[in-house]
Amino acid sequence: MAVQDTSRSLGATARLDRGQASAQSARPAAKPVRRLPVQKDWRAWALISAQIGILIGGLSLWEIGARAGWIDAFFWSQPSAIARTMALFFGSGDAWTDISFTFRSTIFGFLIGTTAGSLLGLSFWWSRNYAAIVQPYVICLESIPKLALAPLIILVFGIGLLSKVAVATALTLVVSTLTAYAGVKALDPDGEKLFYSLGASRLQVFRKLVVPFCLPWIISVLRVNIGLALTGAIVGEFIASQHGLGRAILYAGQTYDIALVWVAVLVLSTLAMVMYATVSWVESMLRKGVRQ
Amino acid sequence: MSSLAPKLCVADVSMTFQTPTGAFHALAPITLSIPQGRFVSLIGPSGCGKTTIFNIIAGLLEPTGGRVLIEGVDATGTIGRVGYMLQKDLLLPWRTVLDNVILGMEIQHVSLRAARERALPLLHRYGLAGFEYLYPNALSGGMRQRAALLRTLLFDTDVILLDEPFGALDAQTKLRMQEWLLQLWSDFNKTVLFVTHDVEEAIYLSDEVHVMGTRPGRIIANIPVPLARPRIRGSVLTGEFLAIKERCLELLHLEGTASEQINEAA
Repeated sequence: MAVQDTSRSLGATARLDRGQASAQSARPAAKPVRRLPVQKDWRAWALISAQIGILIGGLSLWEIGARAGWIDAFFWSQPSAIARTMALFFGSGDAWTDISFTFRSTIFGFLIGTTAGSLLGLSFWWSRNYAAIVQPYVICLESIPKLALAPLIILVFGIGLLSKVAVATALTLVVSTLTAYAGVKALDPDGEKLFYSLGASRLQVFRKLVVPFCLPWIISVLRVNIGLALTGAIVGEFIASQHGLGRAILYAGQTYDIALVWVAVLVLSTLAMVMYATVSWVESMLRKGVRQ
Repeated sequence: MSSLAPKLCVADVSMTFQTPTGAFHALAPITLSIPQGRFVSLIGPSGCGKTTIFNIIAGLLEPTGGRVLIEGVDATGTIGRVGYMLQKDLLLPWRTVLDNVILGMEIQHVSLRAARERALPLLHRYGLAGFEYLYPNALSGGMRQRAALLRTLLFDTDVILLDEPFGALDAQTKLRMQEWLLQLWSDFNKTVLFVTHDVEEAIYLSDEVHVMGTRPGRIIANIPVPLARPRIRGSVLTGEFLAIKERCLELLHLEGTASEQINEAA
Protein backbone atom coordinates (compact mmCIF):
# COMPACT_ATOMS: atom_id res chain seq x y z
CA MET A 1 0.00 0.00 0.00
CA ALA A 2 2.71 2.41 1.05
CA VAL A 3 4.66 1.61 -2.08
CA GLN A 4 1.67 2.30 -4.25
CA ASP A 5 1.07 5.62 -2.51
CA THR A 6 4.60 6.74 -3.19
CA SER A 7 4.42 5.76 -6.81
CA ARG A 8 1.12 7.57 -7.17
CA SER A 9 2.53 10.78 -5.77
CA LEU A 10 5.49 10.34 -8.08
CA GLY A 11 2.99 10.06 -10.90
CA ALA A 12 1.38 13.27 -9.75
CA THR A 13 4.68 15.08 -9.88
CA ALA A 14 5.30 13.59 -13.30
CA ARG A 15 1.97 14.94 -14.46
CA LEU A 16 3.07 18.41 -13.50
CA ASP A 17 6.24 17.98 -15.49
CA ARG A 18 5.19 16.19 -18.62
CA GLY A 19 1.47 16.71 -19.03
CA GLN A 20 -1.44 14.34 -18.63
CA ALA A 21 -0.86 11.67 -21.28
CA SER A 22 2.56 10.66 -20.07
CA ALA A 23 1.38 10.87 -16.45
CA GLN A 24 -1.24 8.19 -17.09
CA SER A 25 1.25 5.88 -18.66
CA ALA A 26 3.53 6.38 -15.68
CA ARG A 27 0.82 5.14 -13.30
CA PRO A 28 1.19 1.53 -12.20
CA ALA A 29 -1.78 -0.85 -12.78
CA ALA A 30 -4.52 1.63 -13.77
CA LYS A 31 -7.91 0.96 -12.19
CA PRO A 32 -10.40 -0.68 -14.58
CA VAL A 33 -12.84 1.87 -15.98
CA ARG A 34 -16.29 1.12 -14.68
CA ARG A 35 -19.56 2.85 -15.40
CA LEU A 36 -22.68 3.04 -13.30
CA PRO A 37 -24.84 0.05 -14.33
CA VAL A 38 -27.89 1.33 -16.15
CA GLN A 39 -31.14 -0.57 -16.19
CA LYS A 40 -33.50 0.43 -18.92
CA ASP A 41 -37.14 0.46 -17.87
CA TRP A 42 -39.58 -1.32 -20.13
CA ARG A 43 -42.72 0.46 -21.19
CA ALA A 44 -45.91 -0.31 -19.26
CA TRP A 45 -47.51 -2.22 -22.15
CA ALA A 46 -44.41 -4.41 -22.49
CA LEU A 47 -44.48 -5.27 -18.78
CA ILE A 48 -48.20 -6.03 -18.85
CA SER A 49 -47.95 -8.21 -21.95
CA ALA A 50 -45.09 -10.12 -20.32
CA GLN A 51 -47.25 -10.71 -17.27
CA ILE A 52 -50.23 -11.85 -19.33
CA GLY A 53 -47.92 -14.00 -21.47
CA ILE A 54 -46.64 -15.87 -18.42
CA LEU A 55 -50.20 -16.47 -17.20
CA ILE A 56 -51.41 -17.79 -20.57
CA GLY A 57 -48.24 -19.85 -21.04
CA GLY A 58 -48.59 -21.41 -17.58
CA LEU A 59 -52.25 -22.23 -18.05
CA SER A 60 -51.61 -23.69 -21.52
CA LEU A 61 -48.80 -25.90 -20.22
CA TRP A 62 -51.06 -27.09 -17.43
CA GLU A 63 -53.89 -27.89 -19.85
CA ILE A 64 -51.61 -29.60 -22.36
CA GLY A 65 -49.85 -31.51 -19.60
CA ALA A 66 -53.15 -32.75 -18.19
CA ARG A 67 -54.38 -33.85 -21.61
CA ALA A 68 -51.12 -35.56 -22.48
CA GLY A 69 -51.11 -37.34 -19.13
CA TRP A 70 -47.95 -35.71 -17.70
CA ILE A 71 -50.04 -34.17 -14.94
CA ASP A 72 -52.60 -36.20 -13.02
CA ALA A 73 -55.81 -34.30 -13.68
CA PHE A 74 -57.55 -36.14 -10.81
CA PHE A 75 -55.35 -34.43 -8.22
CA TRP A 76 -54.48 -31.21 -10.03
CA SER A 77 -57.56 -30.73 -12.22
CA GLN A 78 -57.11 -28.70 -15.39
CA PRO A 79 -57.97 -25.14 -16.56
CA SER A 80 -60.79 -26.19 -18.91
CA ALA A 81 -62.51 -28.18 -16.12
CA ILE A 82 -62.01 -25.28 -13.69
CA ALA A 83 -63.63 -22.88 -16.19
CA ARG A 84 -66.62 -25.21 -16.61
CA THR A 85 -66.99 -25.55 -12.83
CA MET A 86 -66.70 -21.79 -12.45
CA ALA A 87 -69.64 -21.28 -14.82
CA LEU A 88 -71.64 -23.91 -12.92
CA PHE A 89 -70.73 -22.40 -9.54
CA PHE A 90 -71.95 -18.96 -10.50
CA GLY A 91 -74.91 -20.36 -12.44
CA SER A 92 -76.26 -22.47 -9.57
CA GLY A 93 -76.79 -19.50 -7.25
CA ASP A 94 -74.73 -20.85 -4.34
CA ALA A 95 -71.83 -18.63 -5.30
CA TRP A 96 -73.33 -15.35 -4.16
CA THR A 97 -74.65 -16.79 -0.88
CA ASP A 98 -71.15 -18.10 -0.10
CA ILE A 99 -69.38 -14.92 -1.14
CA SER A 100 -71.78 -12.74 0.83
CA PHE A 101 -71.47 -14.99 3.91
CA THR A 102 -67.65 -14.86 3.94
CA PHE A 103 -67.69 -11.16 3.12
CA ARG A 104 -70.04 -10.33 5.98
CA SER A 105 -68.13 -12.37 8.58
CA THR A 106 -64.88 -10.71 7.51
CA ILE A 107 -66.20 -7.16 7.51
CA PHE A 108 -68.04 -7.46 10.83
CA GLY A 109 -65.05 -9.13 12.49
CA PHE A 110 -62.73 -6.48 11.03
CA LEU A 111 -64.89 -3.58 12.19
CA ILE A 112 -65.58 -4.95 15.67
CA GLY A 113 -61.98 -6.11 16.29
CA THR A 114 -60.35 -2.93 15.03
CA THR A 115 -62.71 -0.58 16.85
CA ALA A 116 -62.77 -2.44 20.15
CA GLY A 117 -59.01 -3.07 20.03
CA SER A 118 -58.17 0.56 19.29
CA LEU A 119 -60.44 1.79 22.08
CA LEU A 120 -58.90 -0.72 24.49
CA GLY A 121 -55.39 0.39 23.53
CA LEU A 122 -56.31 4.08 23.92
CA SER A 123 -57.95 3.40 27.27
CA PHE A 124 -54.54 2.50 28.71
CA TRP A 125 -53.75 6.22 28.61
CA TRP A 126 -56.32 6.95 31.31
CA SER A 127 -54.60 5.16 34.14
CA ARG A 128 -51.05 3.92 34.48
CA ASN A 129 -52.17 1.49 37.19
CA TYR A 130 -54.93 0.06 35.05
CA ALA A 131 -52.49 -0.28 32.14
CA ALA A 132 -49.94 -2.04 34.35
CA ILE A 133 -52.56 -4.49 35.61
CA VAL A 134 -54.15 -5.30 32.26
CA GLN A 135 -51.04 -5.33 30.08
CA PRO A 136 -49.78 -8.84 30.96
CA TYR A 137 -53.18 -10.24 30.01
CA VAL A 138 -53.09 -8.52 26.64
CA ILE A 139 -49.58 -9.83 25.96
CA CYS A 140 -50.73 -13.30 27.03
CA LEU A 141 -53.66 -13.06 24.65
CA GLU A 142 -51.26 -11.98 21.93
CA SER A 143 -49.06 -15.01 22.38
CA ILE A 144 -51.94 -17.51 22.19
CA PRO A 145 -52.45 -18.71 18.62
CA LYS A 146 -56.02 -17.45 18.34
CA LEU A 147 -56.87 -19.96 15.61
CA ALA A 148 -56.33 -22.73 18.16
CA LEU A 149 -59.30 -21.29 20.03
CA ALA A 150 -61.52 -21.49 16.94
CA PRO A 151 -63.15 -24.84 17.85
CA LEU A 152 -64.06 -23.43 21.27
CA ILE A 153 -65.49 -20.28 19.72
CA ILE A 154 -67.63 -22.36 17.34
CA LEU A 155 -68.96 -24.37 20.29
CA VAL A 156 -69.89 -21.22 22.18
CA PHE A 157 -71.28 -19.15 19.30
CA GLY A 158 -72.82 -21.90 17.15
CA ILE A 159 -72.25 -22.67 13.50
CA GLY A 160 -73.86 -19.50 12.11
CA LEU A 161 -72.40 -16.14 11.12
CA LEU A 162 -71.78 -15.10 14.72
CA SER A 163 -69.01 -17.64 15.34
CA LYS A 164 -67.11 -16.59 12.17
CA VAL A 165 -67.36 -12.95 13.22
CA ALA A 166 -66.05 -13.97 16.64
CA VAL A 167 -62.97 -15.74 15.23
CA ALA A 168 -62.24 -12.79 12.92
CA THR A 169 -62.66 -10.39 15.86
CA ALA A 170 -60.32 -12.43 18.07
CA LEU A 171 -57.60 -12.23 15.43
CA THR A 172 -57.86 -8.48 14.80
CA LEU A 173 -58.59 -7.21 18.31
CA VAL A 174 -55.19 -7.89 19.87
CA VAL A 175 -53.25 -6.40 16.97
CA SER A 176 -55.24 -3.17 17.19
CA THR A 177 -54.96 -3.05 20.98
CA LEU A 178 -51.18 -3.36 20.98
CA THR A 179 -50.73 -0.88 18.14
CA ALA A 180 -52.95 1.77 19.71
CA TYR A 181 -51.13 1.24 23.01
CA ALA A 182 -47.79 1.69 21.22
CA GLY A 183 -49.15 5.05 20.05
CA VAL A 184 -50.14 5.99 23.59
CA LYS A 185 -46.67 5.12 24.86
CA ALA A 186 -45.03 7.24 22.15
CA LEU A 187 -46.92 10.33 23.32
CA ASP A 188 -44.60 13.19 24.33
CA PRO A 189 -45.18 14.01 28.03
CA ASP A 190 -44.43 17.66 27.19
CA GLY A 191 -47.48 17.66 24.92
CA GLU A 192 -49.63 16.73 27.91
CA LYS A 193 -47.85 19.40 29.97
CA LEU A 194 -48.75 22.02 27.37
CA PHE A 195 -52.42 21.02 27.49
CA TYR A 196 -52.53 21.02 31.28
CA SER A 197 -50.75 24.38 31.44
CA LEU A 198 -53.63 25.71 29.34
CA GLY A 199 -56.01 24.39 32.01
CA ALA A 200 -57.25 21.37 30.05
CA SER A 201 -59.31 18.57 31.61
CA ARG A 202 -58.34 14.89 31.20
CA LEU A 203 -61.13 14.44 28.65
CA GLN A 204 -59.88 17.41 26.61
CA VAL A 205 -56.33 16.03 26.58
CA PHE A 206 -57.71 12.67 25.48
CA ARG A 207 -59.89 14.04 22.70
CA LYS A 208 -57.64 16.78 21.38
CA LEU A 209 -54.21 15.21 21.91
CA VAL A 210 -54.20 11.46 22.58
CA VAL A 211 -56.73 10.36 19.95
CA PRO A 212 -55.40 12.48 17.04
CA PHE A 213 -51.82 11.55 17.97
CA CYS A 214 -52.58 7.81 17.96
CA LEU A 215 -54.74 7.82 14.80
CA PRO A 216 -51.82 7.16 12.42
CA TRP A 217 -50.92 4.10 14.51
CA ILE A 218 -54.51 2.89 14.42
CA ILE A 219 -54.77 3.47 10.67
CA SER A 220 -51.51 1.66 9.99
CA VAL A 221 -52.95 -1.73 11.02
CA LEU A 222 -56.10 -1.56 8.91
CA ARG A 223 -54.57 -3.47 5.99
CA VAL A 224 -53.05 -6.11 8.25
CA ASN A 225 -56.38 -6.53 10.00
CA ILE A 226 -58.48 -7.05 6.88
CA GLY A 227 -56.24 -9.99 5.95
CA LEU A 228 -56.42 -11.40 9.47
CA ALA A 229 -60.20 -11.03 9.56
CA LEU A 230 -60.53 -12.98 6.31
CA THR A 231 -58.27 -15.73 7.65
CA GLY A 232 -60.41 -15.90 10.80
CA ALA A 233 -63.63 -16.12 8.84
CA ILE A 234 -62.28 -18.93 6.58
CA VAL A 235 -60.93 -20.96 9.49
CA GLY A 236 -64.27 -20.58 11.25
CA GLU A 237 -65.99 -21.93 8.15
CA PHE A 238 -63.52 -24.82 7.91
CA ILE A 239 -64.49 -26.01 11.37
CA ALA A 240 -68.24 -25.87 11.08
CA SER A 241 -70.46 -23.93 8.75
CA GLN A 242 -73.37 -24.18 6.34
CA HIS A 243 -72.21 -21.38 4.03
CA GLY A 244 -69.16 -19.53 2.91
CA LEU A 245 -66.19 -19.93 0.60
CA GLY A 246 -64.21 -21.74 3.30
CA ARG A 247 -66.94 -24.31 3.61
CA ALA A 248 -67.08 -24.63 -0.22
CA ILE A 249 -63.32 -25.37 -0.32
CA LEU A 250 -63.57 -27.94 2.47
CA TYR A 251 -66.64 -29.60 0.92
CA ALA A 252 -65.06 -29.75 -2.54
CA GLY A 253 -61.86 -31.23 -1.14
CA GLN A 254 -63.73 -33.92 0.76
CA THR A 255 -65.67 -34.91 -2.37
CA TYR A 256 -62.51 -34.88 -4.57
CA ASP A 257 -63.98 -32.08 -6.67
CA ILE A 258 -60.57 -30.48 -7.21
CA ALA A 259 -61.87 -28.10 -9.89
CA LEU A 260 -64.31 -26.66 -7.33
CA VAL A 261 -61.46 -26.18 -4.83
CA TRP A 262 -59.65 -24.09 -7.42
CA VAL A 263 -62.78 -22.12 -8.23
CA ALA A 264 -63.44 -21.32 -4.57
CA VAL A 265 -59.79 -20.37 -3.99
CA LEU A 266 -59.87 -18.09 -7.03
CA VAL A 267 -63.07 -16.39 -5.87
CA LEU A 268 -61.63 -16.06 -2.39
CA SER A 269 -58.44 -14.42 -3.65
CA THR A 270 -60.49 -12.00 -5.73
CA LEU A 271 -62.56 -11.14 -2.67
CA ALA A 272 -59.37 -10.66 -0.62
CA MET A 273 -57.84 -8.40 -3.26
CA VAL A 274 -60.99 -6.28 -3.54
CA MET A 275 -61.18 -5.83 0.24
CA TYR A 276 -57.46 -5.11 0.51
CA ALA A 277 -57.68 -2.49 -2.23
CA THR A 278 -60.72 -0.89 -0.59
CA VAL A 279 -59.04 -0.72 2.81
CA SER A 280 -55.86 0.70 1.25
CA TRP A 281 -57.97 3.37 -0.37
CA VAL A 282 -59.77 4.15 2.91
CA GLU A 283 -56.38 4.28 4.61
CA SER A 284 -54.96 6.79 2.14
CA MET A 285 -58.11 8.93 2.50
CA LEU A 286 -57.78 8.86 6.29
CA ARG A 287 -54.09 9.71 6.05
CA LYS A 288 -54.93 12.80 4.03
CA GLY A 289 -57.39 13.79 6.73
CA VAL A 290 -54.96 13.11 9.55
CA ARG A 291 -51.73 15.00 8.94
CA GLN A 292 -48.63 13.71 10.60
CA MET B 1 -47.59 50.61 42.29
CA SER B 2 -46.06 49.60 45.57
CA SER B 3 -49.44 49.62 47.31
CA LEU B 4 -50.71 46.88 44.99
CA ALA B 5 -49.82 43.23 45.44
CA PRO B 6 -47.23 42.12 42.86
CA LYS B 7 -48.61 40.38 39.78
CA LEU B 8 -46.66 37.22 40.43
CA CYS B 9 -45.08 36.27 43.70
CA VAL B 10 -43.07 33.14 44.36
CA ALA B 11 -42.83 32.93 48.15
CA ASP B 12 -40.20 30.65 49.71
CA VAL B 13 -40.79 27.96 47.12
CA SER B 14 -38.56 24.92 47.54
CA MET B 15 -38.47 21.57 45.82
CA THR B 16 -36.98 18.28 46.94
CA PHE B 17 -37.18 15.16 44.81
CA GLN B 18 -37.00 11.73 46.40
CA THR B 19 -34.56 9.61 44.43
CA PRO B 20 -33.37 6.06 45.07
CA THR B 21 -30.03 7.51 46.25
CA GLY B 22 -31.68 9.90 48.71
CA ALA B 23 -33.32 13.31 48.70
CA PHE B 24 -32.27 15.68 45.92
CA HIS B 25 -32.66 19.37 46.66
CA ALA B 26 -33.59 20.89 43.32
CA LEU B 27 -34.58 24.27 44.70
CA ALA B 28 -33.60 25.98 47.92
CA PRO B 29 -36.35 28.32 49.14
CA ILE B 30 -36.68 30.91 46.40
CA THR B 31 -38.53 34.21 46.52
CA LEU B 32 -39.42 36.28 43.49
CA SER B 33 -41.73 39.22 43.31
CA ILE B 34 -42.69 40.56 39.91
CA PRO B 35 -44.84 43.66 39.42
CA GLN B 36 -47.39 44.02 36.63
CA GLY B 37 -45.94 44.52 33.15
CA ARG B 38 -42.35 43.67 34.00
CA PHE B 39 -39.99 41.66 31.86
CA VAL B 40 -37.84 39.51 34.14
CA SER B 41 -35.20 36.99 33.12
CA LEU B 42 -33.67 34.04 34.91
CA ILE B 43 -30.19 32.99 33.87
CA GLY B 44 -28.06 30.25 35.28
CA PRO B 45 -26.14 27.11 34.52
CA SER B 46 -28.07 24.07 33.33
CA GLY B 47 -29.53 22.04 36.16
CA CYS B 48 -30.13 25.07 38.37
CA GLY B 49 -33.86 24.42 38.48
CA LYS B 50 -35.13 27.07 36.08
CA THR B 51 -37.56 24.70 34.44
CA THR B 52 -38.58 23.36 37.86
CA ILE B 53 -39.61 26.87 38.95
CA PHE B 54 -41.64 27.26 35.78
CA ASN B 55 -43.38 23.93 36.27
CA ILE B 56 -44.25 24.98 39.83
CA ILE B 57 -45.59 28.40 38.77
CA ALA B 58 -47.63 26.76 35.99
CA GLY B 59 -49.11 24.35 38.53
CA LEU B 60 -47.65 21.27 36.85
CA LEU B 61 -45.54 20.43 39.89
CA GLU B 62 -46.48 20.67 43.56
CA PRO B 63 -43.64 22.41 45.46
CA THR B 64 -42.29 20.79 48.62
CA GLY B 65 -42.62 24.13 50.40
CA GLY B 66 -43.78 27.67 49.79
CA ARG B 67 -46.55 29.23 47.76
CA VAL B 68 -47.18 30.81 44.38
CA LEU B 69 -49.33 33.95 44.52
CA ILE B 70 -50.93 35.59 41.52
CA GLU B 71 -52.28 39.05 42.32
CA GLY B 72 -52.03 38.14 45.96
CA VAL B 73 -54.20 35.03 45.57
CA ASP B 74 -52.77 31.61 46.33
CA ALA B 75 -52.39 29.76 43.02
CA THR B 76 -50.09 26.93 44.16
CA GLY B 77 -50.84 23.73 42.24
CA THR B 78 -53.57 25.23 40.06
CA ILE B 79 -53.27 24.95 36.30
CA GLY B 80 -54.37 27.35 33.58
CA ARG B 81 -53.45 30.50 35.53
CA VAL B 82 -50.39 31.51 33.52
CA GLY B 83 -49.34 31.12 29.89
CA TYR B 84 -46.43 28.69 29.66
CA MET B 85 -44.28 28.22 26.59
CA LEU B 86 -42.14 25.13 26.94
CA GLN B 87 -38.73 24.71 25.33
CA LYS B 88 -40.18 22.75 22.41
CA ASP B 89 -42.78 24.51 20.29
CA LEU B 90 -45.14 21.51 20.63
CA LEU B 91 -47.29 22.54 17.70
CA LEU B 92 -49.80 19.82 16.89
CA PRO B 93 -48.89 18.49 13.43
CA TRP B 94 -52.49 17.63 12.56
CA ARG B 95 -53.71 21.19 13.07
CA THR B 96 -53.15 24.21 10.85
CA VAL B 97 -51.17 27.12 12.29
CA LEU B 98 -54.41 28.99 12.95
CA ASP B 99 -55.96 26.07 14.80
CA ASN B 100 -52.75 25.56 16.79
CA VAL B 101 -52.74 29.16 17.90
CA ILE B 102 -56.31 29.03 19.21
CA LEU B 103 -55.71 25.88 21.28
CA GLY B 104 -55.78 27.73 24.59
CA MET B 105 -59.03 29.49 23.81
CA GLU B 106 -60.53 26.25 22.54
CA ILE B 107 -59.69 24.51 25.82
CA GLN B 108 -61.34 27.41 27.65
CA HIS B 109 -64.53 26.65 25.64
CA VAL B 110 -64.39 29.73 23.41
CA SER B 111 -66.32 28.85 20.23
CA LEU B 112 -64.08 27.92 17.29
CA ARG B 113 -65.45 30.74 15.16
CA ALA B 114 -64.92 33.42 17.77
CA ALA B 115 -61.43 32.10 18.55
CA ARG B 116 -60.41 32.07 14.87
CA GLU B 117 -61.81 35.56 14.35
CA ARG B 118 -59.70 36.83 17.23
CA ALA B 119 -56.55 35.00 16.16
CA LEU B 120 -56.51 35.83 12.43
CA PRO B 121 -55.74 39.57 12.69
CA LEU B 122 -52.96 38.79 15.19
CA LEU B 123 -51.41 36.21 12.88
CA HIS B 124 -51.43 38.88 10.18
CA ARG B 125 -50.00 41.59 12.36
CA TYR B 126 -47.27 39.46 13.89
CA GLY B 127 -45.60 37.98 10.85
CA LEU B 128 -47.58 34.81 10.17
CA ALA B 129 -49.69 36.18 7.31
CA GLY B 130 -49.93 33.59 4.56
CA PHE B 131 -49.14 30.76 6.99
CA GLU B 132 -52.56 30.57 8.69
CA TYR B 133 -53.77 27.50 6.85
CA LEU B 134 -50.45 25.69 6.53
CA TYR B 135 -49.46 22.77 8.73
CA PRO B 136 -46.55 23.28 11.14
CA ASN B 137 -44.20 20.93 9.26
CA ALA B 138 -44.14 23.48 6.43
CA LEU B 139 -42.78 26.20 8.77
CA SER B 140 -39.20 27.20 9.58
CA GLY B 141 -37.93 27.13 13.16
CA GLY B 142 -38.49 30.86 13.66
CA MET B 143 -42.03 30.71 12.30
CA ARG B 144 -42.85 27.75 14.54
CA GLN B 145 -41.65 29.69 17.58
CA ARG B 146 -43.79 32.67 16.53
CA ALA B 147 -46.83 30.42 16.32
CA ALA B 148 -46.05 28.84 19.71
CA LEU B 149 -45.63 32.28 21.29
CA LEU B 150 -48.86 33.59 19.82
CA ARG B 151 -50.59 30.49 21.17
CA THR B 152 -49.24 31.37 24.62
CA LEU B 153 -50.31 35.03 24.32
CA LEU B 154 -53.79 34.21 23.03
CA PHE B 155 -54.39 32.13 26.12
CA ASP B 156 -55.20 35.46 27.73
CA THR B 157 -53.35 35.33 30.99
CA ASP B 158 -51.49 38.35 32.36
CA VAL B 159 -48.39 36.36 33.25
CA ILE B 160 -46.47 34.39 30.66
CA LEU B 161 -43.53 32.07 31.23
CA LEU B 162 -41.08 31.58 28.36
CA ASP B 163 -38.61 28.72 28.75
CA GLU B 164 -35.69 29.32 26.38
CA PRO B 165 -37.96 30.08 23.44
CA PHE B 166 -35.10 31.03 21.10
CA GLY B 167 -32.54 28.48 22.27
CA ALA B 168 -32.63 26.40 19.11
CA LEU B 169 -32.62 29.25 16.58
CA ASP B 170 -29.69 30.50 14.52
CA ALA B 171 -28.13 33.82 15.53
CA GLN B 172 -29.85 36.06 12.95
CA THR B 173 -33.29 34.59 13.50
CA LYS B 174 -32.77 34.91 17.23
CA LEU B 175 -32.10 38.65 16.96
CA ARG B 176 -35.20 39.18 14.82
CA MET B 177 -37.28 37.15 17.25
CA GLN B 178 -36.07 39.24 20.19
CA GLU B 179 -37.26 42.44 18.48
CA TRP B 180 -40.51 40.72 17.68
CA LEU B 181 -40.97 39.59 21.27
CA LEU B 182 -40.34 43.10 22.62
CA GLN B 183 -42.94 44.44 20.18
CA LEU B 184 -45.48 41.88 21.40
CA TRP B 185 -44.64 42.56 25.02
CA SER B 186 -45.24 46.28 24.71
CA ASP B 187 -48.42 45.77 22.63
CA PHE B 188 -49.98 43.25 25.00
CA ASN B 189 -48.73 44.64 28.32
CA LYS B 190 -47.97 41.19 29.74
CA THR B 191 -45.84 40.27 32.71
CA VAL B 192 -43.06 38.05 31.37
CA LEU B 193 -40.75 35.63 33.12
CA PHE B 194 -38.07 34.53 30.70
CA VAL B 195 -35.49 31.75 31.00
CA THR B 196 -32.36 31.76 28.88
CA HIS B 197 -28.74 30.67 28.78
CA ASP B 198 -27.79 33.73 26.79
CA VAL B 199 -26.64 36.58 29.08
CA GLU B 200 -26.82 39.21 26.35
CA GLU B 201 -30.32 38.15 25.41
CA ALA B 202 -31.44 38.33 29.04
CA ILE B 203 -30.07 41.85 29.56
CA TYR B 204 -31.28 43.18 26.21
CA LEU B 205 -34.86 42.06 26.84
CA SER B 206 -35.32 42.49 30.58
CA ASP B 207 -36.05 45.02 33.27
CA GLU B 208 -34.40 42.75 35.80
CA VAL B 209 -32.11 39.74 35.56
CA HIS B 210 -31.99 37.11 38.28
CA VAL B 211 -28.80 35.08 38.29
CA MET B 212 -29.24 31.56 39.61
CA GLY B 213 -26.84 29.14 41.20
CA THR B 214 -26.93 25.40 41.32
CA ARG B 215 -26.93 22.61 43.97
CA PRO B 216 -29.42 23.47 45.23
CA GLY B 217 -30.99 25.85 42.71
CA ARG B 218 -31.23 29.32 44.21
CA ILE B 219 -31.11 32.99 43.24
CA ILE B 220 -27.69 34.48 43.95
CA ALA B 221 -28.23 37.97 42.61
CA ASN B 222 -30.91 40.31 41.33
CA ILE B 223 -29.54 42.74 38.79
CA PRO B 224 -31.74 45.62 37.60
CA VAL B 225 -31.32 46.74 33.98
CA PRO B 226 -31.98 50.49 33.95
CA LEU B 227 -31.51 50.89 30.18
CA ALA B 228 -34.09 53.11 28.47
CA ARG B 229 -36.84 51.62 26.36
CA PRO B 230 -37.52 51.15 23.52
CA ARG B 231 -34.09 49.64 23.22
CA ILE B 232 -32.10 49.67 20.04
CA ARG B 233 -29.72 46.97 18.92
CA GLY B 234 -26.76 49.31 19.40
CA SER B 235 -27.42 49.51 23.14
CA VAL B 236 -25.66 46.17 23.61
CA LEU B 237 -22.39 47.99 22.91
CA THR B 238 -22.85 50.80 25.44
CA GLY B 239 -20.68 50.89 28.55
CA GLU B 240 -23.70 50.55 30.80
CA PHE B 241 -24.82 47.38 29.04
CA LEU B 242 -21.34 45.88 29.04
CA ALA B 243 -20.92 46.60 32.76
CA ILE B 244 -24.11 44.66 33.53
CA LYS B 245 -23.03 41.86 31.26
CA GLU B 246 -19.64 41.66 32.94
CA ARG B 247 -21.26 41.51 36.36
CA CYS B 248 -23.56 38.66 35.26
CA LEU B 249 -20.75 36.69 33.66
CA GLU B 250 -18.61 37.15 36.76
CA LEU B 251 -21.39 35.84 39.01
CA LEU B 252 -21.96 32.85 36.72
CA HIS B 253 -18.24 32.16 36.59
CA LEU B 254 -17.86 32.32 40.39
CA GLU B 255 -20.86 30.03 40.74
CA GLY B 256 -19.40 27.61 38.21
CA THR B 257 -16.05 27.46 40.02
CA ALA B 258 -17.79 26.97 43.38
CA SER B 259 -19.88 24.06 42.14
CA GLU B 260 -16.80 22.46 40.57
CA GLN B 261 -15.06 22.64 43.93
CA ILE B 262 -18.07 20.99 45.55
CA ASN B 263 -17.92 18.29 42.90
CA GLU B 264 -14.25 17.66 43.52
CA ALA B 265 -14.84 17.52 47.25
CA ALA B 266 -17.72 15.05 46.77
